Amino acid sequence: MCNSELRSIEKNLDKLRAAGIRPVAISIDTPEESRKLSQQMGYTFTILSDSNAEVIKRYDLVHAGAGENGRDIARPAEFLVDTSGTVRWVNLTENYTVRARPEQILNAANSLK
Amino acid sequence: MNVRRFNWPLWVGFLLTFATSLSYFFVFVWFPVTRDFPWANLLLFLVAAVLVVAGIRRGFASERPHPARSKIVTSIVAALSFGVIALFIFSIFIAARWLPASKGAPQVGQKAPEFSLQDTSGKQVSLTELLSAPVNGSAPKTVLLVFYRGYW
Repeated sequence: MCNSELRSIEKNLDKLRAAGIRPVAISIDTPEESRKLSQQMGYTFTILSDSNAEVIKRYDLVHAGAGENGRDIARPAEFLVDTSGTVRWVNLTENYTVRARPEQILNAANSLK
Repeated sequence: MNVRRFNWPLWVGFLLTFATSLSYFFVFVWFPVTRDFPWANLLLFLVAAVLVVAGIRRGFASERPHPARSKIVTSIVAALSFGVIALFIFSIFIAARWLPASKGAPQVGQKAPEFSLQDTSGKQVSLTELLSAPVNGSAPKTVLLVFYRGYW
């Protein structure tokens, strides 16, 4: 599911960048795990590692015990943040099989002034 | 209907339920139109269910060579088939909704909490840097933060 979402971002990277959007993916995976994923899938956008879920906690996105061996992981979520650091669009899915689509993100970004 | 022969609708229906469940995770999940709502899988399950029901009628027909054995086998295979369908529907429509409410997540108009995390090369990257470093030669308008479940 997540990889499906990341792949759709990679496929639409040119369009997103043309709209001035920098995609950044964040999960509890270690930098090595994310590097392997990037290489395997051909991802070229930034992937950050929040191994101890500190940032995920700060954003109140912890899905407690939902990971491997009961690890805390992030629930899926997308945010558009403008250059002043202000959140301009949020997508908190209610079903983890349903994710923001690139068109939705582009529409949201284009509707900002 | 020649009920003495191999009960193919039952077995094909049974295998189709498994194939359909797996197809979601290996094929349909890659396309948002079949991922966000698994209509392709529901259609395939419908075909499988029709086959299994035909298989039940055939398996319970009195002209079967071994009626008692046929009824037992048919019942087990049909129960497993419908179990697979039920499990899939439960996972996608019910269990997939068991997500935290995230009431404290940053809302529109609020500041996104600052952070600094390692990228895939081990370099520390902060939100401030992401917001200022150029994209395609000019400053980005927005940063799209995508939190995902991970654990590959």
